[in-house]
Amino acid sequence: MTRYPVMTSALVVDAALVLLVLGLALWVTSTRAAYSAVVGFVAYGLLMAIVWVRLAAVDVAMTEAALGTGLTGLLLLGAAARLAPYEAAEVNGRPGRWLRLLIGLLCAAIALGLAAVVLMLPDPAPTLAPLVAENLPPTGVGNPVTGVLLAHRAIDTLLESVVLVPALIGVWSVAADPAWGGRPGSLPRPRSSSALTLLAQVLPPFGILIGIHLVWNGADDPGGKFQGATVLAAMWILVLIAGLREPPAVRDRRLRVLLVIGALVFIGIGVAGIWLADAFLAYPEGYAKPLILAIEAVLTLSIAATLGLLLAGPPASDHPSGGLYESKKSG
Amino acid sequence: MNGPTLFGLCGAALVGLGLYGLLCQPGALRKILSFNLIGSGVFLLFGVIAKRGGGALSAAGLGVDGDPVPQALIITGLVVAFAATSIAVALLLRLAETSGRSTLESDGPRAPSPPGDQASAPERAS
Repeated sequence: MTRYPVMTSALVVDAALVLLVLGLALWVTSTRAAYSAVVGFVAYGLLMAIVWVRLAAVDVAMTEAALGTGLTGLLLLGAAARLAPYEAAEVNGRPGRWLRLLIGLLCAAIALGLAAVVLMLPDPAPTLAPLVAENLPPTGVGNPVTGVLLAHRAIDTLLESVVLVPALIGVWSVAADPAWGGRPGSLPRPRSSSALTLLAQVLPPFGILIGIHLVWNGADDPGGKFQGATVLAAMWILVLIAGLREPPAVRDRRLRVLLVIGALVFIGIGVAGIWLADAFLAYPEGYAKPLILAIEAVLTLSIAATLGLLLAGPPASDHPSGGLYESKKSG
Repeated sequence: MNGPTLFGLCGAALVGLGLYGLLCQPGALRKILSFNLIGSGVFLLFGVIAKRGGGALSAAGLGVDGDPVPQALIITGLVVAFAATSIAVALLLRLAETSGRSTLESDGPRAPSPPGDQASAPERAS
């Protein structure tokens, strides 16, 4: 440590961050009530966003804060509130003291093994950064992460935007038979208060602006479609929770087109690349930037709608009477 | 010891902690939370590798100091992790709605050691 006297103050901050993160992780795994565990998880996620900034990964930090913490936190808080009545019975399933000790020792062994791997990482670290730096200018994109996501490793991004759709189908498919095709019903519905209504009316214009800014600026600065889409989805969810709009019925054909259009445009441009640029998902020379922007724009809409609906949960009521939902609540 | 190494050790500890919670917490929601901790630890290990591989980009004047390829994959991973978590939560809520419990026991409600398929139950009791 004496070899880097300048690093020590930064190292103290990093060590404090690590201690906070580990403390919160311990809280999440060991606290009694699920609700407080979820609250700890949200705080943990925000600290992780700072860790990502310390690791020079600002794009990841934004995604962690918006998606890994914000939307996941909302999803888990809603689930914890709804599962609270069943929680008391869970204690019976706890493994015995000796079994827990054994599991703890084995888990510690795994952690120590991983730590040994971390300490033995090769010293001139293998890296693809020079390749990216070399090949970024032809794409016309200034943010290397966006360049990797949409030009160099576009296949990963394509598969990921496709995988969101089956995930949504999976969520929808656990609906009760009579509710199929109706409106999603998992979002919390607090009693309408004027403060929430005002927030849901005032915040979305700014949020939508920030979302578009993140997508547009993502070409050259940290940001991008995932971060922008998450902000857009959050604004939509806010409006839904405040009760200003109803979530759309899942049988709505326009909604379904919106969900798949991003992946379809991506695949379409990718297939066109076979003839125009002699490879699947390759862009013709000089057109990379406009094509990337077009893909980002439609993908943002599709991802935002999908993320919002993943949070909204499976269909629960047949619109517009809502009679089924009422009878289920009373029964 | 430098910053990235410290975060790498933190990631290793997170994987261990998450695994312990996944195995020891009976509640399925707690298992989902623990699973997210494991994922977070793996992402952190990957992020440390990205940070170590940086340098060439900042030398070329292209943004910050990290390998963008692992970073892009972490972003992809975060989105997929959210999708998987939402499926798990939907399944769990439906399980609670239909069976009235929030654990993953195989047989009957609230039977700590159901007879039959658990040969190790007597060992555990001793």
